[in-house]
Amino acid sequence: MTAIANRYDFVLLFDVTRGNPNGDPDAGNLPRIDPETNFGLVSDVSLKRKIRNYVELAHRGEEGRHIYVQESSILNEQHRKAYKAVAPYKDDPKTDKAAKLNPRTDDEAHALTKWMCANFFDVRTFGAVMSTGINCGQVRGPVQIAFAQSIEPIIAQEISITRMAATNEAEKKQKAEGDDSVDRTDNRTMGRKHIVPYGLYRAHGFISAKLAERTGFGEGDLELLFTALAEMFEHDHSAARGEMASRKLIVFKHDTALGKASAHSLFERVRIGRNIDGEFRDVEDRRIDNAPPARKFTDYKVEIDRANLPDGVEIIERL
Amino acid sequence: MPYGIRLLVSGERACFTRPEMKVERVSYDVMTPSAARGILEAIHWKPAIRWIVDEIRVLKPIRFQSIRRNEVGHKAPAGKIKQAMNRGDLGDLQIVVDEDRQQRAATVLVDVAYVIAAHFELTERVGLDDNEGKHLDIFNRRAERGQCFHQPCLGTREFDARFELLSPDAPPPTPHPDDRLPALGFGATPRDLGFMLFDIDHDAPGRPSLFFRAELRDGVMTVPHPNSPEVRR
Repeated sequence: MTAIANRYDFVLLFDVTRGNPNGDPDAGNLPRIDPETNFGLVSDVSLKRKIRNYVELAHRGEEGRHIYVQESSILNEQHRKAYKAVAPYKDDPKTDKAAKLNPRTDDEAHALTKWMCANFFDVRTFGAVMSTGINCGQVRGPVQIAFAQSIEPIIAQEISITRMAATNEAEKKQKAEGDDSVDRTDNRTMGRKHIVPYGLYRAHGFISAKLAERTGFGEGDLELLFTALAEMFEHDHSAARGEMASRKLIVFKHDTALGKASAHSLFERVRIGRNIDGEFRDVEDRRIDNAPPARKFTDYKVEIDRANLPDGVEIIERL
Repeated sequence: MPYGIRLLVSGERACFTRPEMKVERVSYDVMTPSAARGILEAIHWKPAIRWIVDEIRVLKPIRFQSIRRNEVGHKAPAGKIKQAMNRGDLGDLQIVVDEDRQQRAATVLVDVAYVIAAHFELTERVGLDDNEGKHLDIFNRRAERGQCFHQPCLGTREFDARFELLSPDAPPPTPHPDDRLPALGFGATPRDLGFMLFDIDHDAPGRPSLFFRAELRDGVMTVPHPNSPEVRR
């Protein structure tokens, strides 16, 4: 596979309506928030997970598009069990021990790495640490994604919900004892849901052509990556997520491998402000203080500054 | 230093993980020399040259935040890959993240900005057409245009670094007057940062870590030369 020859930087805008885009395990699954500014966050790994899931869903079993780091929910359980049942592939303690010595030479390590890159889309794209003691089986992928942050501070709302069933007999008994009211059903459990009423998030990404050379990340992979970024939320619906959607994908294509401008100067060309009666207002503009909170994508306005674009940089709006 | 450069790097978050606390990552207070070297190498590097970091200037107050993420517990075993490769079948070669999950918190720096002052030396792998001037030109040209081999990062790849080349004759940027606090080593006594990772010695067997006693004096951390006795092996 020929690797891509151009460097790319991209801005992805996605939004969430009445859902939790990325729970914080430290805060009881509340939406991630920057504690100092109340801006919402979505971790890089969360977005990479969705890209992997999309590729797995859309191109399952296709040659060279396997996914190494899988989520069991999309894995065909029967399939996996079948593999586990076949004796020679079971974890043999002997091979595990031998693995400690492998790979013995650099050539061997390169061969392993190359093979992994050729077969697995996620290894080729994001890289992987493939080593057992010897540190040469490491792949740094060309695609780097940063934390996504919301455009304005978000409010995390807590919603209590009830379930008309108990998990087990003991819980049912406990509920019945603690409840004196006559009309309440005794096997009801309470739960909580955290939602962001609305949040528009912005993520930055970088694609290095030089690192792509090393993993063989080609034009087809690039196309697939952009499709995945645009469509990944369409296939990630769940009770927790609410309505999420990719809104804009703005790609900066450099005409060389090393690029023609710094990524941050390009990112600054994408400005997002509030849409106040059709007018662009910066989110830091004091005049929007009295405006109602943003609740839909059209409450925002996205402006792309195309003036004086550095030579050799092209803006491609994928979405 | 005839071939010195200064690079302003900044970002929203950074994690320069302490080697003693890397399961649940805790960042050093300040960028390590090895992270600074990595940033320079992301812009330009060839085997013929070796970057030497001279000083790291801290421009923003040191602040931390905690982020907990679901991470994968294991690396990909080379032996298993080899097995699958030999039989030409992917089989059960995958990591199922739900079954191999570790929740790890990372204590990361927020809103950072540094000036890296560095120069390079030629190594024994220098070729006939290599000279300092050439590599310096390449670096300066790339940094000025925002070109890079890959986007540099502040410790880990999810925290991308913005970079900007500072002209050699401009006065060095300094922290905002309100931020010139004792915590950054302003005032009579420098801020002792304790022992800090200097770099990994990739040439020595076992790749040992090197350390040095780091100190912030008026917001500047002076970095010893790799061959100096201040670098503890």
